[in-house]
This record gives sequence, C-alpha cells and structure tokens, in this order.
Amino acid sequence: MRPARFSVVTAAATVAALTALTGCAEKSDGKGDGAITVTATDKSCEVSKTEFPSGHVQLAVENKGSKVTEVYVLFPDGRIVTERENIGPGTKATITAEIKAGDYEIACKPGMKGDGIRQQVKATGGAAPAKRSPELDAAVAAYRTYVQQQADETMPKVKVFTDAVKAGDIEAAKKAYADSRIGWERTEPVAESFGDIDPKVDVREDGLEAGQAWTGWHKLEKALWQDKKIGDAEKKLADTLLADLTDWNKRVGKAEITPTSMANGAKELLDEVATGKVTGEEERYSHTDLVDFQANVEGAREAFTLLEPVVKVKDPALAKQLNTEFNALFDLLEKHRVGKDEFSFVSYDKVSQADRKVLSDGVNALAEPLSKLAAAVAK
Amino acid sequence: MSEKPEQPENAGTAVDAGTAGAPAGSAAAPSRRSVLGWGGAGLALGAAAAGGSVAALTGGSDPVPAALTGAAVPFHGAHQAGIATAVQDRLHFASFDVKTKDRAELVALLKEWTRAAERMAAGLPVGEGAVGGLPEAPPDDTGEALGLKPSRLTLTVGFGASLFAKGRFGLEDRRPDALVDLELFPGDNLDPNRSGGDICVQACADDPQVAVHAIRQLARIGFGKVVMRWSQLGFGKTSSTTPDEQTPRNMMGFRDGTRNVSGTDTEALEKHVWVSPKDAPGASAWMAGGSYLVARRIRMNIETWDRTPLQEQEDIFGRDKAEGAPVGKSKERDEPFLKAMKPEAHVRLAHPDTNDGATILRRGYSFTDGTDGLGRLDAGLFFLAYQRDVRKGFIPVQRRLARHDVLNEYIQHVGSALFAVPPGVRDTGDWWGRALFS
Repeated sequence: MRPARFSVVTAAATVAALTALTGCAEKSDGKGDGAITVTATDKSCEVSKTEFPSGHVQLAVENKGSKVTEVYVLFPDGRIVTERENIGPGTKATITAEIKAGDYEIACKPGMKGDGIRQQVKATGGAAPAKRSPELDAAVAAYRTYVQQQADETMPKVKVFTDAVKAGDIEAAKKAYADSRIGWERTEPVAESFGDIDPKVDVREDGLEAGQAWTGWHKLEKALWQDKKIGDAEKKLADTLLADLTDWNKRVGKAEITPTSMANGAKELLDEVATGKVTGEEERYSHTDLVDFQANVEGAREAFTLLEPVVKVKDPALAKQLNTEFNALFDLLEKHRVGKDEFSFVSYDKVSQADRKVLSDGVNALAEPLSKLAAAVAK
Repeated sequence: MSEKPEQPENAGTAVDAGTAGAPAGSAAAPSRRSVLGWGGAGLALGAAAAGGSVAALTGGSDPVPAALTGAAVPFHGAHQAGIATAVQDRLHFASFDVKTKDRAELVALLKEWTRAAERMAAGLPVGEGAVGGLPEAPPDDTGEALGLKPSRLTLTVGFGASLFAKGRFGLEDRRPDALVDLELFPGDNLDPNRSGGDICVQACADDPQVAVHAIRQLARIGFGKVVMRWSQLGFGKTSSTTPDEQTPRNMMGFRDGTRNVSGTDTEALEKHVWVSPKDAPGASAWMAGGSYLVARRIRMNIETWDRTPLQEQEDIFGRDKAEGAPVGKSKERDEPFLKAMKPEAHVRLAHPDTNDGATILRRGYSFTDGTDGLGRLDAGLFFLAYQRDVRKGFIPVQRRLARHDVLNEYIQHVGSALFAVPPGVRDTGDWWGRALFS
C-alpha cells in the first residue's frame, strides 16, 4: 500500500447511517411495537410485513427449524445492511437497525450456507431513493462475490505463510510470501475503504506514523530477506497478521461498494502500480513487485469486466480502448514471466531501468482511459 | 459553476509585429487560398505576426516589453510560431517516442494536439476545461494555468528521423535528405535517454507555469499513443531574435546571440531559416515553409569556468564580458574583427565568415537541473537552433567548434536531437504534419 489517502471507495465511517445494532440472543418475545417478525424454518423464511416505515427497525427472529440459521437484511446489490449469525434451532433473536427508505431483501440461511431464502421488503417514507440500474446492481453484486472469493482463497495461503514463519522455516516462508498477497492485492481498494486493516497488514516502513507499531507482511518481508532470521517477535507478527486478515475476510464482503467506487477502485489499483510497484518500492526486500503488479491489474480488469456491459452501451469507444490497453499491459507483464505459473515473475531488481520505463508507459496508457470509467458508469 | 470563460484577459491584444503588414490585434489566420503558393503575402504575414517585441500600450505612451503584456501569439500562419517569434523567457521542451503502430491513431493524435495547442495559445484550457465538468470524471485540463494570461505561449512541433524508419508509418520515402543522422562530434558524451525522439514539442512562454502546463496537457492527451522520452526545462533565454532589445547572457556570464537572425528580417529568415520549395522536391515537398531544429543539451562545468581569470574568459569567447564587444572594438554590435581574436576563440570559430556564411537562428535557454551528485550544479545551455539545412548550418559549424574551440574545456554535449519542423498550421481545419501524412 501507499501511505493512506482519501479514497473514493466510501470509508466505513459514511456507513454510519446504517449503524446496525445487533441485539443479543435474548429470550424476548420480540413483539415490540412495530416489530417485524421473521419466522425461519429449514425451508422457509416468513416475514410478517413486507413494507414498514424507514428509520429504527426491529426484527424479531425465531428459528423454528432444525438447523442453525442466519438472518440478513440486504441492499438490492447484495450489500449487507445488518445480519445475525448463529441463531440455533428453537432460539429467538432481535435485530435492530437504522434503515433508510428503499428496497431491501430479508434472507434466512438455514445451515448458514448459500444465498438463503429471500424475501423482498420495502422501507417507506423519507426521500425517494436514487433510481437504480439492474445491470449496475448485478455488477456490484458480482464484484462483491469476487471480493469475498478472493478473501476466502487468500486465507489458506496466508496460513501456509504464517505457519512457515512460526516454524522458523525461512525458505518456506519466502516461498509462500508473495502468494499470500495475491488476493489482497487484487481487491486492495475495498480493504483500504475500512481504513483500519490496511495499515496493520500492508504498511511499509516509510508509511508508518509516529508511534505506530510496524506489523504486517512487509515487516516479515524485511525479516526474511534482509535480516534473514525469524525470532519470537516475527512469530508473534505472523499470528497478528493471520488475525488481522481473518478480520479482513469477515468484513470485506460488507464493504460499501457502488458502481462508481468499483470504477474508481480499478483506477486506484493502477495508481498503486504506478506509485509502488513500477518503482520497486513496495517489495523492496523480496523484489516480488511483479506479482503484486499482476494481481493489481487483474483486480482492475475484473472490476472493468463486470462494468463492461454498461460501458459498452454508454461509451463503446472507451470499452474498446480499455480492453486494448489491458491486453497490452498483460502482454508486457508476460515478458517478465518465468515458468508457466501465472505468478512466477522475474525478481524486480533484475528488471532494467529501460524495461521499467516500458512497464510504466504501459501503466500510463491504461490508467489514463481508466480514469474515465467512473464517469462513463455514472452517466 | 460559472460559465467557462472563452475570452481570456488580453485575448484582444495580439502581439504587434512592429513591422508593416500585420495589423495589430489581427489574429486572423491567412485563408487557405492565400498561402497555397507558399511565400508571398502569406509568408510575410506569418513572419511578421511572429516577430516583434514591443507592443501593447498600457494607457501611457511608454511601450511595455512584450513579456510583460501576457499577450497571445497567433497560433496559425505560414510558419510555425516559436521560431521567428520574439524569444520568450521560459522553455519546456519535450521529446516523445510514438508507441502506437497505427498510422491513423498517430494522425488522430496530431489533430487532437493541434486543437489543444490552438486553445492554449489563446489562453484557454483544453477540452472541456479544468472545472465544471462531471464530478466523477477527471477534468480534461489539469488546471494550473487557470487565470494566467496566454503569456505569448508558442508550441512548435518537429519530427525526428526515427519516425520515418521503414516499416513504421510508411513515411520512409518522405524523409527529407536534410534530415540526416547527426554524426558523433569529437567530445560528444551523449546520453541516449536525453537524445533523439520521434516527435518534439517546444513550448515557450513568458510564464514558466504556462509552458509546463502546455507540455503536460499534450503528454496526457498522448498517453497510450506516445511516451515521453526526455524533456528539458529552460529559463533565461540565451539568444534573442530581437536585436533592439538587450542581448541576454548565458550561464557563463557572457552575452549570447548578438549576431542572431532577427525575427523580423524576412530576407534573412528566407535565406537561412525557412525551407524553400526548391529545397524540398518531390516527396519531401511537405517541408516547404518548415525548418530544421537542432537541440543539444550542453553541460557547462561552471565551477571551473568561474575560477578562470577574466582575461582568459574573454579570450576564450572573443568578446569582452562587460559589453559583449568583440576584441578590439568598443560596442557589442560593432562588426567583429576576427583576426584580432585568438585563432581558437569561440566567436571566431562560430562566425559565419569562418563557415562559408553558415547562419543559424539560435533560440537556446539556460538550465539548471539540480546537482550532479558531486556537489556541482547540473547546469548549462540547452541549445536550440533553427536552419534551412542542417548540412549547411549546424553541422559544419559544430565540426569546427568540436575540433578547435577552446571553450570545449568547460562544456560537454550530453544530449542531441534533430527534428524536421513542418510548416505552420494555417487555420482551424489544418493540423501539425498534415502535408506529411496526406
């Protein structure tokens, strides 16, 4: 990461309007004034009202099924307004939330798996919500799925890395290091929108604030490549990294994502490449910059690909140009690949200044039109 | 958001040519028809509109130096502005390599660049402007020239030999003979990263921010099609094309460009600077009305120069330091008596009389680019010279200088490029390099 800066991906703070106050699993009858009862079974999800006034909303949940269930209130794009997990068979729970006017879905997930059984509801009153585009909602939902999937696939790889560190195995840890970062790098702007995780896991030494303890990947990178030793402190750092990334994995799917923030996130991934990777600053000890580079561009492309159906209609020339430049940049990266594996790249300290300039020019060639994506989506 | 100002302050103040033929305030480009014959009225108007130094009257009757007027230099004309134009105070020069392989894409870029340049020369932002657009979109213009005057901005484009290479854009037959590959002169220590390039843009303005802004917009428009190969900032013009003004001094403290071609001397310009139709037969006809630009980054060892006794400094140049008068004379503009100078004095070796009359229009700037890591300023002269034929201009002069000039002890050429500078953009339908690509 670079030192923090204002991100267009809305920071968690702005979601405060949707503060979800999850009640305890108390033995309440849930018949509060205006409460909506949600009756969950293994095959159904009954909601007592599909329309209710916006504002302070209370859901009285009862699980009448045989499986543990979860109940969610979701935005149409799949974003979570509030949720309650682990509602055991025969137990009740109360969920309260501040909900703005608009369309939502309530979902029960018997067995805590899958998309759940969904029921459309409406919060009435207040200002009419902005008109939504089903195509863009679908793009955001698909991107949210992608982000969560990346986070899920990352965790086992992180574990390989942290286990190796904890076992004191320098070589194994070095081998697992870059791999453990790929999912993070692909979706970095979403993680950055939380504000608190990124500085713990992906800060570089030069990005530290006064009094900030250095934790995360890059501290371990320095230990492995420069100090060439693993001590107790490093083993503890590995535990911390695993814990912080577990937290990321739990929260990343609930980030505020909009079509515009997706588009800007794609641009930001190229900014990351331009300021950190092309210069060799990001992975200054391991020189695995090209792995991050490839992952950043892949993440940007995923966001673009999901928005592409809309962009093709609104600005076909831009869609064509972005495809051309994405392909060109991947072709440039290809030249530095060693072996067949998607992420086996030459060490960046072996990449000449002239080759770095070619890569940098390729980044500019893509990032300039990519900076127009948000407006094309918002049109 | 208020409306975009389409009329910058001073838009009405065109630089008065100070010569007959160009009405003050007339920014009208000659019609396509009137310049079709190359030369004649169109040429005179182009040269006249570009020349001149003293113009706007600010209420009183004292003429104000052109640099202070903030006026606009007409962009259109038979020749590109920025050659005979009275030299502005600041420079930002950029050399680009073309990345795209698609000729149509390159042509589209040159058209887009031309339209942007027209706007900037008039003091207007490019595209949809710097503010007031979609909040989700980055503005077309980067904005740092908002509220600044046109500042006599000129943008001058040239094409390097590499653009004409076989298998690139089908231009191999259109490379003029005069667009040679510059030889390596004795003492050259050229950095490939400060040399060559497919296309150059020379931005000159009295306000450095205006010059930098202009290059920055063109670079941005060019992303994906061209990449910046090298660039150079310059300050303190070292040669003027306005003999009635004080001759500027270079980083060595000496007046430079005393005998330069005057921007209003139509006859001298035709003889030494503009490519005539006769020079450009057949497939190189597109160069008629153009010129050849040599750019050399000349590093000066100013620290050692500054330790040189005054007498030696004056002997090396062949002029005195106070007045700039040639050896044995008392005034700067006295005719030099070359034989009174040391045989290897800089002025003697560079003088047209020593070089079969070879005369070039110099338009260089001083530079300091930080330090060199050894506690010395990375400073010198960014030499720019325009001529009708480099084989009769820069090359013979530089051969002589490189071999004999005693100044060589204090300077080193570290960057080099040669560009074919096409004729002017005639009107809003025309574009840089149209004749070459048509």
